[in-house]
Amino acid sequence: METGEALLLARAQFGLNIAFHILFPSITIALAWILVYFRVAYALTREPAWLETYKLWTKIFALTFAMGVVSGVVMSFQFGTNWPGFMNQVGNVAGPLLAFEVLTAFFLEATFLGIMLFGMNRVPGWMHLTATVLVAAGTSLSAFWILALNSWMQTPVGHGWADGQLVAADWWQVIFNPSFPYRLFHTLLASALTAAFVVAGLSAWRLLKTPRDATAARTLRTGIVIAAVFAPVQAFIGDLHGLNTLEHQPAKIAAIEALWKTEKGAPLVLFAIPNAQEQRNDFAIEIPNGASLILRHSLDGELKGINEFAPDAPSVAPIFFAFRVMVGMGLLMIALSWYGVWRTRNRAVLPVWLLWTFAAFTFAGWIATLAGWFVTESGRQPWLVTGILRTAETAGPATGAQLGASLTSYVITYGLMLITYMVVLTHIAGKGAGGELSGSGPLPEGAAV
Amino acid sequence: MSLDLPVIFAVLMGAAILAYVILDGYDLGVAMLMPAATADEQERMVSSIGPFWDANQTWLVLGVGLLLVAFPAAHGIVMAALYLPVLAMLIGLMLRGVSFEFRVKAEGWNRGMWNWLFWFGSSLASVAQGLMLAAYITGFEPGFGFFLFGLVVAAGVCGGYVLLGATWLIWRTDGTLQRKAVAWTHWGLFWVALGVGFVSLATPVMSETVYHKWFDFPRTLGLMLLPLASGAAWLWVWHAASRVRKGTAMPHWAPFAGAAALYLLAFAGLAYSLFPYVVMDRMTIWEAAAHPSSLKVVLAGALVVLPFIIGYTIYAYRVFRGKAPAKLYEH
Repeated sequence: METGEALLLARAQFGLNIAFHILFPSITIALAWILVYFRVAYALTREPAWLETYKLWTKIFALTFAMGVVSGVVMSFQFGTNWPGFMNQVGNVAGPLLAFEVLTAFFLEATFLGIMLFGMNRVPGWMHLTATVLVAAGTSLSAFWILALNSWMQTPVGHGWADGQLVAADWWQVIFNPSFPYRLFHTLLASALTAAFVVAGLSAWRLLKTPRDATAARTLRTGIVIAAVFAPVQAFIGDLHGLNTLEHQPAKIAAIEALWKTEKGAPLVLFAIPNAQEQRNDFAIEIPNGASLILRHSLDGELKGINEFAPDAPSVAPIFFAFRVMVGMGLLMIALSWYGVWRTRNRAVLPVWLLWTFAAFTFAGWIATLAGWFVTESGRQPWLVTGILRTAETAGPATGAQLGASLTSYVITYGLMLITYMVVLTHIAGKGAGGELSGSGPLPEGAAV
Repeated sequence: MSLDLPVIFAVLMGAAILAYVILDGYDLGVAMLMPAATADEQERMVSSIGPFWDANQTWLVLGVGLLLVAFPAAHGIVMAALYLPVLAMLIGLMLRGVSFEFRVKAEGWNRGMWNWLFWFGSSLASVAQGLMLAAYITGFEPGFGFFLFGLVVAAGVCGGYVLLGATWLIWRTDGTLQRKAVAWTHWGLFWVALGVGFVSLATPVMSETVYHKWFDFPRTLGLMLLPLASGAAWLWVWHAASRVRKGTAMPHWAPFAGAAALYLLAFAGLAYSLFPYVVMDRMTIWEAAAHPSSLKVVLAGALVVLPFIIGYTIYAYRVFRGKAPAKLYEH
């Protein structure tokens, strides 16, 4: 078995695993805080409908959380099986960050989730609310640590050498490395949008089954409002993230913009088919000077092209397209959520076509999240840790046959799990509709979202 | 005084793995016993582990995480050598976790299928863990003999988990199910006796290092206390379970505590056989350890955070103390 092929399989397997895993935290990080909102609303109003809402969404949360946990356990093993070189070379930095994630976040989430789900009649109300907050804090803490590590791999600083090993010289610098704040907020907002569309989409689905379900109408509006508020903020933070990337990882920006050669007054390529062979774009639709204006805030600002970085440059076409998928989904999400806010003003009932649209957008956040993740991780190649460690140097001794067998097992298992997850989610959401406590009358006065 | 960081981390890692084996062991054991119970009993069995399984499983992540963080050189070797059983275990744990959640959340929808997957995932994970243990203590030697050895160890591990699951059910249930659990406990003890006995006899035969550690005179005299104590714990579990069934004075947690003690003793024996190797006969904990600067940071963090983890874990067990409700959701 050739090492090149084994490396490709190792990357495919790890990529598949992370792509599968990331789907679930992208929902739970923000959904946990939405649950806090439902729980607080119940504590303040004592309205049974809020309790029903809370219970329904806790179930959806627990299901999603379990999917994240089991795929996360797989990842904790794959660090060693697929990339033993990673831990051997940069383990002194990566290890403690991972250990802190386990210690500060995983136990907290898992333990208080039990109390949150099954302890409502066993602990005082304030304790149950605290458990809900702690689960949310745990999911966010988990994001904090793993993104600190991921950002350090993108823009490593704060490390030094001791006894021939790479070690952390300044933990503060390692954690708060240049790309970390942007990536953290960008990811948290991505979760807010993903969760908002899950809440809106499943609520729309419930309304399609039981049109007069008042709790579903209320959570639909919750989802739409959260999306409408955060989608534009995300566009703004995303722009800052891009400027930060330009400063620290210009090769990634060159790939995103499909800029083959360093240029003053570079155009914004709206669409093209990047041609790696001839280092140019076919069928390009461009806005002259657009990229320079956006990234340099000047019409003739200079942007570095792929030519500056070759051969250590990422491949252009996949990154170029993935970035456009992400931005396109973002724009659609802004448009849909704002239109939804407009249509649900004065608590108006949405037309069936719009409910179907929201139901279709249930997992829209996944597409944007996966595309964004792909851009940032592929844009770092051929490095695993920028400038320090190449991906190819870290691959393990697993043979192509072993990797092939495990890749096949994972594809089958994940495929089935994903389908089942989506079916069960729709089943729960559909069954939750029209329950005896949710009522079908008009919303009580003052129960504004 | 300088701290021997690798030893401290070996102890921490061992403690995390022992916590995993005992805590998730009863989850896996309860799951493996599902086919032997009626539909109502199954509801209660699931209900008895519902609030705990997720946190229990986290100890595995901590254990493997500590191996990764503290002994990165060994982590690569161990994971590469155990590639396929680890894969089987992970698939098993995934099936176990999601089928449990789907089963509970879908409230009755496709219950038969979730039950089967829950049982299958748990059994697969347990067998895989047995194979991993066998390969680990024999230093990843290839060959058919070692594979057979692995199968026997796997049977012993399954029996051990069944014992933990059955004693957990004695503690957390009552009535017919509890009486069944006493019978399951006796079965589990039978398997554990075979498994532990076989491993204890076979390991010195298969590994010279282990042979010398246990049978070199005169320390063998002191060491024989360990099997004696294990025998006493074994008898105690049998006796305590029988007394629970007869209704004579015996706290219902006693058989589980005895089973946990049995695990502690077996684990101590294994740890003694292995020490100071983290990869048997090949790599000691000092050779495999990460840089001290990195270990110190993790140790400081662990010393701050672990008391909280232990504290709120005890709190959760207090919240859900006593007999399990008939169904997981009380509303």
